[in-house]
Amino acid sequence: MIETRPKPLVRTSDLSKHYPVGRSPFQRRIVHAVEQISLDIFPGETLGIVGESGCGKSTLGRCLVRLTEITSGSLEFEGRDITKASQRQLRPIRRQMQMVFQDPAASLNPRRRVGDLLADPFRVHEKLSRSEMADRVEDLLVRVELLPEHAQRFPHEFSGGQRQRIGIARALALRPRLIVADEPVSALDVSIQAQIINLLADLRDEFNLTYVFIAHDLSVVRQFSSRVAVMYMGSIVETGPVDAVFSAPRHHYTIALRSAVPVPDVDNRPAQRIILKGDLPSPLDPPSGCRFHTRCVAATSMCRHERPVLSLVDKNHFVACHHPRAG
Amino acid sequence: MPTDKPLLVVENLCVSFRTEGGVVPAVSGVSFSLERREIIGVVGESGSGKSQTLLAILGLISSPNAVVTGSVRFLGQELLGLRRRALDAVRGRQIGMIFQDPMTALTPVHTIGDQIIEQIRAHERVSRTAARKRAVDLLDAVGLPSPDSAVDRYPHQLSGGMRQRAVIAMALSCNPALLIADEPTTALDVTVQAQILELIGRLRDEFGSAVILVTHDLGVVAEVADRVLVMYAGRVVEEGGKGQLFREPLHPYAWGLFGSIPPMHGPRPARLTAIPGSPPKLSQMPQGCAFGPRCAFRHDACAAQPSLGGAGGHRSACFLPQDRRQELRRTLAAGAVPA
Repeated sequence: MIETRPKPLVRTSDLSKHYPVGRSPFQRRIVHAVEQISLDIFPGETLGIVGESGCGKSTLGRCLVRLTEITSGSLEFEGRDITKASQRQLRPIRRQMQMVFQDPAASLNPRRRVGDLLADPFRVHEKLSRSEMADRVEDLLVRVELLPEHAQRFPHEFSGGQRQRIGIARALALRPRLIVADEPVSALDVSIQAQIINLLADLRDEFNLTYVFIAHDLSVVRQFSSRVAVMYMGSIVETGPVDAVFSAPRHHYTIALRSAVPVPDVDNRPAQRIILKGDLPSPLDPPSGCRFHTRCVAATSMCRHERPVLSLVDKNHFVACHHPRAG
Repeated sequence: MPTDKPLLVVENLCVSFRTEGGVVPAVSGVSFSLERREIIGVVGESGSGKSQTLLAILGLISSPNAVVTGSVRFLGQELLGLRRRALDAVRGRQIGMIFQDPMTALTPVHTIGDQIIEQIRAHERVSRTAARKRAVDLLDAVGLPSPDSAVDRYPHQLSGGMRQRAVIAMALSCNPALLIADEPTTALDVTVQAQILELIGRLRDEFGSAVILVTHDLGVVAEVADRVLVMYAGRVVEEGGKGQLFREPLHPYAWGLFGSIPPMHGPRPARLTAIPGSPPKLSQMPQGCAFGPRCAFRHDACAAQPSLGGAGGHRSACFLPQDRRQELRRTLAAGAVPA
């Protein structure tokens, strides 16, 4: 695909992450949490990553901001290879890439005041006077729709939604270019979820943010993302513009996933529901060939032997399947 | 079987807790009834009292500081205040239970077969061999692959979805007339959730069980329920048939809930119509309508507590004029009302 596009903000090539499991060296086995993922993330876009638990979406997110070491492949940020960059080399880049976690309570130190927590990024990266720092903290709190006096409170004094706002404020503090949000709304009640999604969308427009939005909830990803990547057992099986992937999915896993989502609507029910048989195979012993062939309706012997690669089926729409559904 | 009496009648159920800061109401005046073979969905956010309602029905609120009042009649028998032994004859036998986390219902030290057998033999006089055979049949019925060997597995050897199936098999072991499920699919992935929801629908069809399904997910309710209760701050704020409630919800809180869910079809809204603020703390319940402080349509009447009213089995607890509700709802979606 040759097209003049802006330079990607993040580029991964064959990025893999393996974890050894088992106690003794003789029992040691390897879990391929993320397998050979090649992705370009462009400035200003929101890439949604969906998949079920254990598909490697969170591990991929952590790799993208180098929160975990990368086993093989490469990672570039703003054109610089940072696959093996040391913590010290990473430091100036860190302020450009931030993360928002699922459980804000776990990412906020319960013994420190919110004002202190929010001042941390400035202490590490910028030399500011006390009053400048207080001003910046106040701005942040107001920007995420909290009150300046909240700086004096401790995390436990806030509700779940408010804590997530604090987590977002902290990620926002240094005006990063990239925010990786790992299930930022899945622990919240629906009414609060909508508030946080709206807030993240406003911030995107205001600060020109690029998001990687990791979630298991397809409707949330559809609402918030411009492009989506569907993962299954460590690999991307389908990726493309949100509308294309959701309204005309081509990979049989995406089709099943899409049809499994219960919709709060009694009139527009999906025509037929595809119920996947069986469970996710063990990642310690992944199936040969296409990882999905054990549960796929269209599997043939070719799928058992040959691993499909992502290939273009439509404009910017890629599918890793030997027998994709006709578009 | 034709019976004119409902299976379960809950009347004016209240649960409150004595705390240091005074008496805190968790459930206030919940009333509903359930017919045989009916699936009722109870929706609400955390703290809405939906789980406490279930626990109260089952007599499972054991805190010495809890006060449970009202009436829960199951097949004509009053369950509230029933002695433990009498209650045990009903629970597990005529009322099955499924909870969110299957591991809370399974002990890790026994095989799932043993646990189902124990359950069967606690309620019926059958031999171990017969009970074991029934356990295998049940595991087969809930769709556990190779039930003959699965019966001898320990819970940790099964995946989350499989464990939940095992728990459902256990809940079904005595053909309960009523199945109570508290967020049974919340911990599961969507594809597994679809399998479990299909199973719950099939239970009603094949075993004739009525189901109370508590969930925060309106999608799940649309999937399986016949009738829906919407709870907010310990009260039922809307009740109706699934079709009525999803097509023309009456309560502003329900409007907010629907507006908060991103659609899976059609155009994507630029912004979701979220509900501003957060649910009240139980210890700081506002005067009058508990949803008032978050409601775009709050007016003077809302200082009083609205009661459930309405026609055709579709009732809501709101002072807004009935005939103008849908019109008002549209203004909310269009963003014309300041939030």
